[in-house]
Amino acid sequence: MDNPERERKNFWQRIHLDLPLLTALLCLMGLGVAVIYSAGGGDTGLIIRQLTRLGLAIVVMLVVAQIPPAFYQRWAVPLFALGCGMLVAVLLFGHVGKGAQRWLDIGVTKFQPSEIMKLAVPIMLAWFISRKPLPPTFRDVFIGFVLVLTPTLLIAKQPDLGTSLLIASSGIFVLFLAGLSWKIIGGMVLAFSAFLPIMWFFIMHAYQKQRVLTFLDPQQDKLGSGYHIIQSQIAIGSGGVSGKGWLNGTQSQLEFLPERHTDFIFAVFAEEFGLFGILFLLALYLYIVGRGMVIAMRAQEAFTRLLAGSIMLTFFVYVFVNIGMVSGLLPVVGVPLPLVSYGGTSMLTLMAGFGIVMAISTHRRLLHNNR
Amino acid sequence: MWVKRRVAIRDHAAEANLFTRRASIALVGVLFLLFLLLYKAYKLQVEQFSDFQTQADGNRIKVQAVAPNRGLISDRNGKLLAVNKPVYNLDIIAEEVDDMDVLIEEIGQLINLEERHIKRFRRDLRGTSRFNPVTLKTRLSEQEAAVISVHQHKFPGVIIDAVLKRNYPYQETLTHAVGYVAKINPKDKAKLEAEEKTANYKATKDIGKLGLERYYEELLHGQVGYRRVEVNNRGRVIRELEMEEPIPGENLILHLDLELQQMAQQLLEGHRGSIVVLDAQSNGIFTLYSNPSYDANLFVHGISSKNYRALLNSKDKPLINRATQGRYAPASTVKPHIALLGLDEQLVTAETRMRDPGFYQIKGIDHKYRDWKKYGHGWVDVYKAIEESCDTYFYDLALRLGIDKISEKMNRFGFGEQTGIDIFEETGAVMPSQGWKRARWRQPWYAGDTISIGIGQGYWTATPLQIALSTSVLANRGQFFEPKLLAAMQHPNGEIERVPEQDRPPLVLKDDSHWQTIIDAMDNTLNKENGTAYKAFKDAKYRAAGKTGTAQIISIAQDAEYDADAIDERFRDNALFVAFAPIEKPEIVVAVIMENVGGGSSNAAPVARKLMDHYFDHKKPSAFHQADMEYKLANNKDIEIEGLLTSQVTAD
Repeated sequence: MDNPERERKNFWQRIHLDLPLLTALLCLMGLGVAVIYSAGGGDTGLIIRQLTRLGLAIVVMLVVAQIPPAFYQRWAVPLFALGCGMLVAVLLFGHVGKGAQRWLDIGVTKFQPSEIMKLAVPIMLAWFISRKPLPPTFRDVFIGFVLVLTPTLLIAKQPDLGTSLLIASSGIFVLFLAGLSWKIIGGMVLAFSAFLPIMWFFIMHAYQKQRVLTFLDPQQDKLGSGYHIIQSQIAIGSGGVSGKGWLNGTQSQLEFLPERHTDFIFAVFAEEFGLFGILFLLALYLYIVGRGMVIAMRAQEAFTRLLAGSIMLTFFVYVFVNIGMVSGLLPVVGVPLPLVSYGGTSMLTLMAGFGIVMAISTHRRLLHNNR
Repeated sequence: MWVKRRVAIRDHAAEANLFTRRASIALVGVLFLLFLLLYKAYKLQVEQFSDFQTQADGNRIKVQAVAPNRGLISDRNGKLLAVNKPVYNLDIIAEEVDDMDVLIEEIGQLINLEERHIKRFRRDLRGTSRFNPVTLKTRLSEQEAAVISVHQHKFPGVIIDAVLKRNYPYQETLTHAVGYVAKINPKDKAKLEAEEKTANYKATKDIGKLGLERYYEELLHGQVGYRRVEVNNRGRVIRELEMEEPIPGENLILHLDLELQQMAQQLLEGHRGSIVVLDAQSNGIFTLYSNPSYDANLFVHGISSKNYRALLNSKDKPLINRATQGRYAPASTVKPHIALLGLDEQLVTAETRMRDPGFYQIKGIDHKYRDWKKYGHGWVDVYKAIEESCDTYFYDLALRLGIDKISEKMNRFGFGEQTGIDIFEETGAVMPSQGWKRARWRQPWYAGDTISIGIGQGYWTATPLQIALSTSVLANRGQFFEPKLLAAMQHPNGEIERVPEQDRPPLVLKDDSHWQTIIDAMDNTLNKENGTAYKAFKDAKYRAAGKTGTAQIISIAQDAEYDADAIDERFRDNALFVAFAPIEKPEIVVAVIMENVGGGSSNAAPVARKLMDHYFDHKKPSAFHQADMEYKLANNKDIEIEGLLTSQVTAD
């Protein structure tokens, strides 16, 4: 069919990838591996494990990108219900690791259902809100909040403050992007400020309160939890404008810095590459978020727009919370620096999210295309 | 469900615009937050730069964990069976070396360096931070360590690292009892984590894997210490600021007698088998030897897979602790126990006589159960039945007792149950019963099965330790102490604390005099001319009682593949012998099992005789209250490493 109006599909579109976004992600991963190499004291085993995980994450992204977004629309409710069910299961019979109950043992392997919710919540919300014309009615906004708060509270109870924060924001971003009225936003902010003292006295665990106190005054607990923040600020600060150079950060090489290759990897980066390095890293993150938002704006349907927008903004929350925490701007919350930190399940979820964004950018319906 | 009440008319363009507006607002927010991060970085890295730089340079205090010295293990006379020996490694910190090739060459002129050392060193170097030490050569001889130390000032970046490693001076003599330590593996780590002991093992490299080393890991390990050290700008320790000393583990003093153990080893040389010697007063274990054995030191430095395969695949199965894991038919050594049961159940009296034509038949069945003596023992009472080890007498008695009665009472002698010995490598073996056979073989129990039980064969299996223990219970007229290797502990302050015996409910007979009847019969076995062990114990300076045994072969190597050449030998009988002495107030119990050597009276009994002779010739008072021994152990507690920098295993 020689439809002249039809967009000519290039190679990248045919395999459903967005080249600019992919390039930026690979840059970030490469940077991450270099910093892990330095933070790990040249431990090649660590690098091999990280590369394996990155490879797996890229495969996950590739696979997810092949699935048309309409699929998620159809499966939004079952996926969400399943996720909530598993969260309840974790609370009832979950595996306790490191003092928190986050893992569900399904015989073969242990996994964290909260990871699934990182995608299930925005999918559910985007589906729910986009069913009717936007902006959403007050009633739908109310139901939307209930949908967000249910998994958030279940995860906060595990307790996993970092993840519940990320999941809450992913849902709230959908509502915001859908055109949540400013009055409600104002009301929410007021309500939240009122809620803070209640949280402090009735909900937060002692160790969470300790983190906040330590954040406010790290010097009061120099060898305990304040140690992390003090050492990490020394690392960042002593990096100066141009940094000490790769593999030469004394704070990290002499092992003063805790959690060097995981949550506090930004401090290693900042020590060795300085302010210029930070500038570059932040620019890279900005580019990724910006590119994602452009994809969202170009999407053809409300559902895909909201979903892509929420995924990208949540990604930015990761960046902000992690760097904010490491540099002493925010209290210590266990959130990794996305695609740079060593490890884990959260990277797979992030890359699956990018797979969805790429699917949104490449699975376009021809009907709407002839403008 | 939310039913659409009216068909909403969507204005797609308006919705897209709305989204674009909101997305733009969000992006402005993103930009603002990024700016905030950048501002914070600017404050830290530019405004407060010199402040933080000073702090980073002054960041010199590190806390290191210091491993405690592992407790020593000694025999009852203070002879050390497990010690800690310094092992020297030559490490290099790359950061401090100007020219690595020159350095390696210079070191090579002082000590012997092989190509493979250098190769491995260069490989490890690539995988480690330049600030961390990399090992060039492990296990330097003391002379090599001394040579390098003398020249150390010429070689910046070179360190002689001394660590304490476990050493077993008697190599294979005690492996099955003392066991060994080896490197902590991921499985051990997971276990330590589960038990929340990770902090205590922070600087520890090895952990008990077998025998006492494993059983008493917690006592032996001790408590981790810490030291705060000052490091230079390259991470090297310059001085120690503060030290919280580690607390060494408990020294263990065993019931074990090294000389008897060594003698057992010599006596079993060339045979598969096991010897157990117990202190009859407490069931403390004087000797626990299983042959063949292997050198425990092989495992401490990591056994090569070639050596390990050789041990694993050897048809003599050296890795099995025959004394506690070998399942042997106890054979005639349990005839006294069966006889005791018969007396107590009033099925026979000391005077009851029966005629033995050389075989036994169940009424109405043709099959003849043969006695070992072709034409029989003639008229037999309980004494003669034990002295001459008459089979027919016990076929009949067992059948009349019934398997469940036998099974129940034999449990009270320790058969079919773990003895409670303080090592984990132990089986309870099998004391069969009707229920057991149904569960294990899904078959009913036949009368013929009971007949074999009467002479300690058939489904009945026991470990040498169980056989020794049951003899001790008999010699002590029902008193039951669990056999233990550990006699006492020496605390880090030098104080010695005895470990109390652990008893189980004693076996009480309806008529106490039956004990004497059976003990007399066992006395005759060794001291009357018709006794099966008369020759072996002729002219002994002490009076012993005992019982011989000869088992048709169901050896522990049942599942092993048979080497055609070896078949003949491996179908020969197992020789067994148990004895205790002196009869009135027993001090020592001996059990000997030798695989595939033939009869018990001619093979096993002479071995027990030699052990008993040695014991009574060299009898010493139990040693662990003696001041002399306390001195010995205290001196062995700290092993000085003179002239060298590092003396303890440390980790961050």
